Amino acid sequence: MTRKQKRLAVIAGGLVFLGAAAGLTFYALGQKTSYFYMPADLHAAVLQPGQRIRLGGLVEEGSIVRGQGTEVAFAVTDTQDTVKVRYAGILPDLFREGQGVVAEGSFAGDGVFVADSVLAKHDETYMPKEVAEGLKEKGVWQPE
Amino acid sequence: MTVELGHFALVLALALSLVQAAVPLVGARMEHPRLMAVAEPAALTAFALVALAFAALTAAHVTSDFSVVNVWENSHSLKPMLYKFTGVWGSHEGSMLLWVLILTLFGALVAVGGRNLPQRLRATVLAVQGMIGVAFTLFILTTSNPFARLDPAPIEGRDLNPVLQDIGLAVHPPLLYLGYVGFSISFAFAIAALIDGRIDAAWARWVRPWTLLAWVFLTGGIAMGSYWAYYELGWGGFWFWDPVENASFMPWLAGTALLHSAIVMEKRAALKIWTVLLAILTFSLSLLGTFLVRSGVLTSVHAFATDPTRGVFILAILTFFIGGALVLFALRAPSLAAGGLFQPVSREGALVLNNLFLSTAAATVLVGTLYPLVVEAVGGDRISVGAPFFNLTFVPLMVPLLLIVPFGPLLAWKRGDLYAVAQRLLAAFGGAIAVTLLALVFIDRSAAFAALGFGLAAWLVFGALTDLALKSGLPGVPLATAARRLAGLPRSVYGTALAHAGLGLTVLGIVSVTALEAERFVTMKPGDTAEVGGYTLRFEGLQPRQGPNFVEDRATFVVAGRGGEALGTVMAAKRMYTTRQMPTTESGIRTFGLGQLYVSLGDLTEGGGIVVRAWWKPLVTLIWGGALVMMAGGALSLADRRLRVGAPAPRRKAARQEAAA
Repeated sequence: MTRKQKRLAVIAGGLVFLGAAAGLTFYALGQKTSYFYMPADLHAAVLQPGQRIRLGGLVEEGSIVRGQGTEVAFAVTDTQDTVKVRYAGILPDLFREGQGVVAEGSFAGDGVFVADSVLAKHDETYMPKEVAEGLKEKGVWQPE
Repeated sequence: MTVELGHFALVLALALSLVQAAVPLVGARMEHPRLMAVAEPAALTAFALVALAFAALTAAHVTSDFSVVNVWENSHSLKPMLYKFTGVWGSHEGSMLLWVLILTLFGALVAVGGRNLPQRLRATVLAVQGMIGVAFTLFILTTSNPFARLDPAPIEGRDLNPVLQDIGLAVHPPLLYLGYVGFSISFAFAIAALIDGRIDAAWARWVRPWTLLAWVFLTGGIAMGSYWAYYELGWGGFWFWDPVENASFMPWLAGTALLHSAIVMEKRAALKIWTVLLAILTFSLSLLGTFLVRSGVLTSVHAFATDPTRGVFILAILTFFIGGALVLFALRAPSLAAGGLFQPVSREGALVLNNLFLSTAAATVLVGTLYPLVVEAVGGDRISVGAPFFNLTFVPLMVPLLLIVPFGPLLAWKRGDLYAVAQRLLAAFGGAIAVTLLALVFIDRSAAFAALGFGLAAWLVFGALTDLALKSGLPGVPLATAARRLAGLPRSVYGTALAHAGLGLTVLGIVSVTALEAERFVTMKPGDTAEVGGYTLRFEGLQPRQGPNFVEDRATFVVAGRGGEALGTVMAAKRMYTTRQMPTTESGIRTFGLGQLYVSLGDLTEGGGIVVRAWWKPLVTLIWGGALVMMAGGALSLADRRLRVGAPAPRRKAARQEAAA
């Protein structure tokens, strides 16, 4: 190979590599991102069975049911609609009734949302940002 | 009074930074030695003034002066003294002041340590540093003043966010900022090279140790942040691919690439333009990290408060420095002379591959981090990009990189012999295969991925050892000669080997925890036992306890080993910080060998039990231990005579190299 051919081969190799990396990135962006919904948004949403989403809203007052074991049930509401959630795990320290929460997981066959992670606020002053914005859009935001 | 003094000192520091940014730059353009000489005293005075401002804020925090808004919002008279001190940078305002303090510290170090730099280069570098100083001092004074007063002064403060009341706050932010801001030096050197249109081996000789220093600190900062999140948040995870973590990880990836390309630049005068670009990109990613964390576009423990003007201000700083640097690069880079040539198979070639992988990895992390922000800004859909995305993109990029790491140090400069190197690595390769097979047989026959991961980690460690062995003459010379040669090897050779071996240890820890950790999730009443990873935990009950500014219920577990032997106790707690009425979970951790037993408490259940989550995490400490070894490697390289910061540059040699290039 002449020097020019060699250089071209190196450049082509680099481009193929970058192309592969970019392709992988876009594929992963299409497959591995999870969308955020509030309960009232779910009517319009088309979900594949088992598709992972993040469900946000307020923990409905009086909805937390703790059994004998490790599983907890509660309901997430945006004051218009309510979704039941099951979760087996340690709830965050700031998980409380009437407070903002984001649950990540998917819907089980019985229409109950099975969460594998639950996030609440990081400290007492702030709500999860997406929940606060969602509530504002729905006009049910009540500043504390 | 002290507080006003601090405020005044910061305003003066802004004035000094303005002088530092303008006068030496004009001097360098006009070849005016006295104007250029202004840079040094200006940089030193600016540092002294920011230090004074920082001391004033520290005094207010330590004496709990609640007439200062910043102290009132983030302190409490009962807060332990250590946290009163570290709480200085536990708020947005204070942490930005720490940022500027470290920036001016680096400016002062260049001013003092760089006396034997060419005067023009030094003046220009300090002027660029001064510009960054102006921008961030102005940011603090206009949007985030830590010295604002409160009248009338409250009697008691609101206490610091309990999550931050930890020894981690003393270590993580200063280390991280030393890393972030340390890259400003490489950036300033890159800009100076572009302004001058000249770049040579002496330049690289200067940039490399500064980059290495920043890299060592950033490595420590990220590792410390990871360990802190691991034990403080109670989820038992060491890395969450949280945007804030990515914000610190991107400059680390780019900085690691820069570190390696600067070697080529110094040794072979090649990759000049790329190195300059990488220096600009690395600091740009540091600035982007500062923006993401400080502007409030992300919700996280790091976003103390959301104030839109701050975000806009940092965005303006970001646009000015990144945009300006890239425009300058586009205009001036073609005038930089191209460097030496090399064959694709050579040390240079291996380092180019390293750069290709690392910068692509940084780019994928960048895409994953910014994509949700972009989507929300244009379409309004709220999406999140989490671990699944990064596992699919980042991991496939890292595995081939890790595979080629042992080849790099063994290849010759300019033209290498891949076949010969592969032969020399045969023993290391055999060792890695052996580790893979042992893992398959003894740990878990079904965990093929874990076994391959162990093999990869072993390959890195054995490869580093092979490098040391070969460089000391083995297997061709007697052992005694080899030992003597080994002792005489340059420290930078040890540094490389240690850093690569440390990487292997970190990989080992990550693979081990990901594939082999055992988890138990149970409800326990006093007297109950639970078994996890071969250890038995007996729950003894909850005892209430009173802390200085919190109350807690502390659970005690008695630990027994595989044979029933007593191994002491592990304690976890649910804490309530009284002032903020904020609960936290304190995880209980016991280290056995290199693994850790990790216990976290959940809620009380109706039957009088408590939810307990316990993990056995084998080899988990290697994740951070490996980072420490990497840091030690970096520090050892820094101690190499040839690279020591401020070591007199051998002028004649540099001049010769310049002529040769």
